[in-house]
Amino acid sequence: MNVLLLHRIHFAFTVTYHYLFPQLTMGLALLIVALKTVALTRNDARYDQAARFWARIFGINFVLGVVTGIPMEFQFGTNWSEFARRTGGVIGQPLAMEGVFSFFLESTFLGLFLFGEKKLSRWAHWGAAFMVFLGSWISGFFIIVTDAWMQHPVAYRLTPTGTFELTSFWGLLMNPWAWLQYAHNMCGAVVTAAFVMSAVGAFYLLDNRSRQFAEIFLRVGVIAGILSCAIQIFPTGDMQGRYTAQNQPAAMAGMEALFHTEKGAPIVLLGQPDFDQQRIDNPIAANDVLSFLIYGTTSAEVKGLDQFPRDQWPTALPLLYYSYHIMAGLGTYFVALMAVAAFLLWRGALFHTRWVLWPLLLSFPLPYIANTAGWMTAEIGRQPWVVYGLMRTADGYSTHVSAGNSLFTLLGFLGMYALLSVLWIVLVYRMIETGPEAAAPHSTAEPTPA
Amino acid sequence: MGAIWFWIVAVMLATYVVLDGFDIGVGILYLFLARNDQERSVMIRSIGPVWDGNEVWLLAGGGTLYFAFPLLYASAFSGFYLPLMIVLWLLIGRGIGIELRAQVDNHVWRRFFDGLFSLSSALLAIFLGAALANVIRGVPIGPDSYFFLPLWTNWRVGPNPGILDWYTVIGGVVALVALTVHGGLYLALKAPGELEARARRFSQRAWIALCAVTLISLPATMLVRHSTLDRYTLHPIAFAIPVAVVLSLAAVRLFSVRRQDLRAFLSSCLYLVAMLVGAATGLYPTLLPSSSNSAADITIAKALSGRYATHVGLIWWSFGTLLAIGYFTLSYGMMRGKVAAHADSHGH
Repeated sequence: MNVLLLHRIHFAFTVTYHYLFPQLTMGLALLIVALKTVALTRNDARYDQAARFWARIFGINFVLGVVTGIPMEFQFGTNWSEFARRTGGVIGQPLAMEGVFSFFLESTFLGLFLFGEKKLSRWAHWGAAFMVFLGSWISGFFIIVTDAWMQHPVAYRLTPTGTFELTSFWGLLMNPWAWLQYAHNMCGAVVTAAFVMSAVGAFYLLDNRSRQFAEIFLRVGVIAGILSCAIQIFPTGDMQGRYTAQNQPAAMAGMEALFHTEKGAPIVLLGQPDFDQQRIDNPIAANDVLSFLIYGTTSAEVKGLDQFPRDQWPTALPLLYYSYHIMAGLGTYFVALMAVAAFLLWRGALFHTRWVLWPLLLSFPLPYIANTAGWMTAEIGRQPWVVYGLMRTADGYSTHVSAGNSLFTLLGFLGMYALLSVLWIVLVYRMIETGPEAAAPHSTAEPTPA
Repeated sequence: MGAIWFWIVAVMLATYVVLDGFDIGVGILYLFLARNDQERSVMIRSIGPVWDGNEVWLLAGGGTLYFAFPLLYASAFSGFYLPLMIVLWLLIGRGIGIELRAQVDNHVWRRFFDGLFSLSSALLAIFLGAALANVIRGVPIGPDSYFFLPLWTNWRVGPNPGILDWYTVIGGVVALVALTVHGGLYLALKAPGELEARARRFSQRAWIALCAVTLISLPATMLVRHSTLDRYTLHPIAFAIPVAVVLSLAAVRLFSVRRQDLRAFLSSCLYLVAMLVGAATGLYPTLLPSSSNSAADITIAKALSGRYATHVGLIWWSFGTLLAIGYFTLSYGMMRGKVAAHADSHGH
């Protein structure tokens, strides 16, 4: 097997799997702060209890996020050593800062938040929840800064030995790409958490139990859901799209499967691109819309793939096209579903409208798919570059690590993560099945002896 | 600037060994020191709120190493590919072992995660020790500054070494015994009653083994890497380090016998720091020595990041580390004193 491809799959698989956990915990951290805030301001113990229940689900996901996250930091060196050697002078900065500024904060206050409720005052416990939220969002920021530099390199100097050196600390942190991507990504994490929380609420109502908590979950989930889903499309998704079109036109052409440069380019809603014939089969398209979305005018010219040499086309075009369309399609569905749910919530009818509770329950896996597809769009769109326009992915991997060794560890991770998946599903389901009433504040790592 | 970052990374990794070392040690002792589920629960609770934060020192230290010495990170991480991946799997096993065992109140479930936690703790100690021994022994660095080591070759220290040879196995055993003693002393400090006495007795017995392996490791190091001695003869003040090793070992015994558990534990911390600082002093200013040709050594000068990055890094690093020290003070302050014998019940 091709050793470059194996190293790519190695990173892609482990990072995709890892991100199943942080997208929930980052979003949930915000919603738990919201629950704790309501509990404090309205002096309502039910919201404390609701926060406790979600803290347990948060705890499991956090552990899995931590143990699957450590391999990510290692893999820059183990599987991508040439990339690490050449770019460490720049992206070593945010990666080291993540460890120093986020991980210490998160780990300390998560311990206080999960085990300190009885020792801390109510305000101090709120503070611990807030610090966990802050830590996880800082962590996200530094990872996005790292990725944004790969997408849109700024504040660097190329040395004669081929390594990159940082020239401006604030230039790196203020990379416009980073802030656009951060807004879009964190909002996406809130979408996941909002859908998960709403789904659990819908599940309890449909199962006719834990009514008071179900209503809290739906209220918080649907309000957070409609806000985050709307912001996810406009302005964050819109801005990210325009910025991509300006700075990575080849990626945009690949996302839309726009083979030929066009004025008044259409947006393809559905259809199967045929990359050999350079056309889209069975297209359902809206004329001029792509030009309008990118340039604000229907007659603007959008660059197609024909503008770029073949060796600068994104390497996995069909996957790029489908990732982008799955993300955008699901995002549209999310807004529609959450708008209906929010309307019914406002009218006081949501809790007994079963035809909306069912889709709310069944839709919880979809934000995971949409977030994954979004990341695939960004990272496949970046190809064939590992540092856009400056360093090719094919030049970045560890040439001294053979295909056999890479496959060995890839299979190891596959097996281990299969086991983690089973544990994750079993444990989270058990917590939901047990219900929020049983979530007592605990001051130890052990459950109450029976 | 290079020297500053060398010692920053060294201190961060030493902090990792001292802090995560005691919870790894508790993990090693876990299966055979606890007599029943209640004692196992005490052991878990003695490290429960802090193990994750302790482990962060490894991640933050690794991130800082990447930032300050990208060439070292690229070369060492790809060259030590297999053992690092095994370390990752062990970290995963340990993390889920300790966190998931209490999730289900079922005997079989708990025994599985107990075993996973304890076994991965022991193997982790061995691999960390062997990793450090690999760095001291040196690796066959090629002209492009890269290398790749198989897990083992002929178990000899020669031109074609593996990750495991007789010397690195000694390193692994030293780490295993040292962290076992370290964990036992911590447990004597934190555990109540019967378990406290048993942990203390065990540490005192294991201390004899620790003295023996430490004594073996010193001449072995001289044998595989003569140049370590050069650094010491160049700066005779460095001989204070082996003296500190011997004194701290003696202090462990002395304080433990007198049941001054905090002092015994701190002496063990000092022992670990002295061993690591001793190793770092022997290396300096090399980061990763070549086993065949000293011109290929990865040195501070070769690997250091750009001037601007290392200067600006010093500012945020100092600030961030002060914050981290604050967090640790807070979290260790909240859990000072003995662990309760029983997980308190809440009656809901």
